[in-house]
Amino acid sequence: MQTNTINNKKFQPSKNFIISFLINFVKENIGILLGFVVMCIVLSILSPAFLTQANILNVLRQVSTNANLAFGMTFAIIICGIDLSVGSILAVSGTVTAGLIALQHVPVPIAVIIGLLLGTALGFFNGFVIAKTGIPPFIVTLAMFNIARGAAYVYTGGMPIRTMDPQFTTIGTGYLGPIPLPIIYTLVFFILVSLLLNKTKFGRHVYAVGGNREAAKFSGINIKKVEIGVYTLIGFLSAFSGIVLCARMYSGQPTVGVGFELDAIAAVVLGGTSMLGGIGKMGGTFIGVLVIGVLNNGLNLLNINSFWQLIAKGAVILLAVYMDMLKKKKR
Amino acid sequence: MSKVILKMENIHKQFPGVYALNAVNFELNYGEVHALLGENGAGKSTLIKIIAGIYQPDDGAITVNGEKCIIDSVNTAHSLGISVIHQELCLVPDMTISENIFLGRELSSGKTGFVNFGEQNIKAQEILDSMELNIKATDKIRTLSVAQQQMVEIAKALSVESEIIVMDEPTSSLSEKEVDMLFKTIENLKKRNISIVYISHRLEELFKITDRITVLRDGKYIGTRNTREITRDDLISMMVGRDLKDLYIRTYHKLGEKIFEVKNIKRGNVLNNISFSLNKGEILGISGLVGAGRTELARAIFGVDKFDSGKIIIDEKEVIINSPEEAMKQGIVLVPESRKEQGLILKRSVGYNITLCILKDFIKIIKNDTAKEKSIIADYIKRLSIKTPSAQQLVVNLSGGNQQKIVIAKSLATKPKVLILDEPTRGVDVLAKSEIYSIISMLASQGLSIIMISSDLPEIINMSDRVVVMCRGEVTGILNRDELDQERIIKFATGGIKNAN
Repeated sequence: MQTNTINNKKFQPSKNFIISFLINFVKENIGILLGFVVMCIVLSILSPAFLTQANILNVLRQVSTNANLAFGMTFAIIICGIDLSVGSILAVSGTVTAGLIALQHVPVPIAVIIGLLLGTALGFFNGFVIAKTGIPPFIVTLAMFNIARGAAYVYTGGMPIRTMDPQFTTIGTGYLGPIPLPIIYTLVFFILVSLLLNKTKFGRHVYAVGGNREAAKFSGINIKKVEIGVYTLIGFLSAFSGIVLCARMYSGQPTVGVGFELDAIAAVVLGGTSMLGGIGKMGGTFIGVLVIGVLNNGLNLLNINSFWQLIAKGAVILLAVYMDMLKKKKR
Repeated sequence: MSKVILKMENIHKQFPGVYALNAVNFELNYGEVHALLGENGAGKSTLIKIIAGIYQPDDGAITVNGEKCIIDSVNTAHSLGISVIHQELCLVPDMTISENIFLGRELSSGKTGFVNFGEQNIKAQEILDSMELNIKATDKIRTLSVAQQQMVEIAKALSVESEIIVMDEPTSSLSEKEVDMLFKTIENLKKRNISIVYISHRLEELFKITDRITVLRDGKYIGTRNTREITRDDLISMMVGRDLKDLYIRTYHKLGEKIFEVKNIKRGNVLNNISFSLNKGEILGISGLVGAGRTELARAIFGVDKFDSGKIIIDEKEVIINSPEEAMKQGIVLVPESRKEQGLILKRSVGYNITLCILKDFIKIIKNDTAKEKSIIADYIKRLSIKTPSAQQLVVNLSGGNQQKIVIAKSLATKPKVLILDEPTRGVDVLAKSEIYSIISMLASQGLSIIMISSDLPEIINMSDRVVVMCRGEVTGILNRDELDQERIIKFATGGIKNAN
């Protein structure tokens, strides 16, 4: 049977792919991976609650939003860009979706699609302006950071929009077996963006544009297309995260997501992606996200207050990136 | 007083896995221009870095002005009167010449800490005048040509009263005329009893300007000769370690039909009415001085820059090219003049770079034909004999010659009909040069049509079937192989003769 042979063919390389992927993953991220493991061991000794299934799922659910944003941010930073507007796009997409459901009584699937389209369109706008005008991404997304946040306030009048529609809230509060849905989304995204970055033409072009823009141009790569693609993807991921978060909180809040862009950037940098562009891995970003998440969770379990948590987070970022630089210099 | 200003004896330097310098000797006299010659990796840069105080030798003695000394930092080197002018100039483009000359040791008014710009300007101008340069100390670096910027670097060295100036490939990005200007300055420095260590790959220059030549090979000291008493061939065999009979490898064959034509291309006042044609299997040289519009012509054909009017014809059909992507689709590909800035993604692997333009041949959405990718990469590594430990090696770790071969491989992978090479052997060593020539010759004999832009006249003369000479954006002459000689090309290139046949 033809379908059978196709399935068999696919199975073999994908198995090899997973094994080689895992080996590479450990090799490339050995530094931060070790740090992460040590952190987990210390926390599990200090707090018996740390290594429980409930807590692990809790940490994963908490980091899922930052993970989605950091995935997109990895692309932006690899092409020597940045996206400061993720938190604002997340807020406006979430509040508009909630508003459509609660105030306009739009059917949930349609409201969700509109929310996703809105965020995607804002991301596309970022990319379009960056590609066509040459205004630096920092400036363009700083503008969008203000515009989208402002739009969220204007749309909601500054007040949260409550929605209790179970069809909608399930998106954020549901489970697949024992696993909360937000974790599932993030894992699916992780696989998709990893494939996109490592296995597609687009992914290779991303590395080329970030590694040497001029050489990418001379190699016939359409730089504008790559830029628009990256920022559109980020818009989509932000909108998706915004909708899930909104469903989990039973309300669309215009203040949600303040500072999320910086957590995403921190995770990407912790994961070994170079701010100079051209270098970076999705796996590294994922560990970066986990490091920040576990750190927050651990300090919570140890009853250290949130003010000190900020200081700890800052110190870890500085330390981890410095260690990474030392390691790279040695080579 | 001895006539030797700098003496380096039995210098050893090891890096992990590399014996960079093995018992190297070097001696520099007062008022002498002494060339340091060797292929890439021979140890020239390590030796310079030791002179400059960037590296410390593992063993050996250094004597400056008759005194034994240890050059343990760049500052020590400066205080001993040693200045190094690096290949990549280290000037701040938006500052003035005088600000650059006094950068880091600004003259202040009394103890206030405020910079005394007036005095700086006067002193800087004095130095510029003493070098007989026609530039003002208050000009911004950005407004200067590369050659003038180099003069500023020299002025900077003079301002700290350097007695030894090291020049690392000073002519690599200069036009013929600018080189003459540099040589005049060097003569001038010699008269002031300043000693110069001169590094260049261009052998012709060494015969013009140097007094002695020291050759290094694989980190070893091969010998020092008086320039007047040695021939070019002797030098090459000292460098390569064997006789290299034919630097230029070219097999001639009968040319095919006309395959490519450019008609009346015009772009502002950069390109003016450029027309020429190219046959199958032909190597067409394009010669001219820097600024003649050669690179601009290549960029226009390749779709990097738009042009105002004119036609590009391939296989007797006019084609419209708006981007490099479209040019490649039409079978035109460019190996750009600067491989590091325009040719390669240095942080990525050899394999990644070779396949960058042909991803669609083996990637279908996310289903990769890895076997095909590997075989393409292996094929080009073998065909162009690229020396790399593996296809996964990062390009940044390879030598200039091998990097250039990778850019050529990347372009050939697109299966072009017309290959444009812009300065294909700039900054590569002699051995790699001859390999690149044999690749170019092989490609032409396989029926590829090649346009080769080059500032290296012997290269143009020995490799081309025909030569287009350009001057100030115009084609001033098209010469056949039997008409090629250096003087004629220079005449056309300087606009001496206007002759369109």
